[in-house]
Amino acid sequence: MVPITTLHYLVVAAALFVLGVIGVLTRRNVVIVLMSIELILNAVNLNLVAFSRLWGLHGQVFAIFVITDAAAEAAVGLGILIAFFRNKETVNVDEVDLLKW
Amino acid sequence: MLHLVLFLVFGAICVAGAINLLVQSHPISSALSLVVVMASLAVEYLLLGAEFVAAVQVIVYAGAVMVLFVFVIMLLNAGVEERTKGSRVALILGIPGVLAGGLLVAWVLIERTGTATVGLGALPGFPKTIGNLLFHDFLLPFEVTSVLVLIAIMGAVVLASRPEPKNPEKES
Repeated sequence: MVPITTLHYLVVAAALFVLGVIGVLTRRNVVIVLMSIELILNAVNLNLVAFSRLWGLHGQVFAIFVITDAAAEAAVGLGILIAFFRNKETVNVDEVDLLKW
Repeated sequence: MLHLVLFLVFGAICVAGAINLLVQSHPISSALSLVVVMASLAVEYLLLGAEFVAAVQVIVYAGAVMVLFVFVIMLLNAGVEERTKGSRVALILGIPGVLAGGLLVAWVLIERTGTATVGLGALPGFPKTIGNLLFHDFLLPFEVTSVLVLIAIMGAVVLASRPEPKNPEKES
């Protein structure tokens, strides 16, 4: 029987991070891009909590701060999305060109 | 043994939910698979002994944030997105890039990490100790975060509220 170590959790977190990056880069719907960003933040949280087994509880406190920031980011991002949808009637990232010169 | 089985099962559910999030074309299906990812991550936190973080994960992420996402998806009435073909440059540069990145990550993971195990049922992340850290060592970051959340709430309200119709009598 193999004991579960920090390395195993880091592998899961790396997989989640890569999947989140793929989602940010390939999807067109802004809502799914925001969900992929949440996936990346979750991978970071898993890393922090896994390393808090090695280095003490500060990692868990930092994970709580990351969760709070992710909630704030989701609220502001979705607010921007609603304001944008009201102007342009679309949620595709490649049609977001209001700032293009 | 139970620890190993729980880790493998919920890690597999977690990664499978993340893959499903990318594969599904309707945003609601993606949001529900993200809920699955959050819930299985909470179990992984419990296996690491982080009791409080697991509870916060379920309450804040799987509860509040995902309700926000589902609400916005319903509000925008976003349908199935149409796919476009990726560019050739992305394909040519992307596959070697992914391979190099994967090798780098594998090397760092194998060479540089220590190992630490936690027994099933051992909970070092007890809410009392987390609270002590949060309100003694991290009091200033905690207060700054509260200001950040307040600003985020005000920003979300300002952004999402309908612009007021012009009313000349109200202007002083």
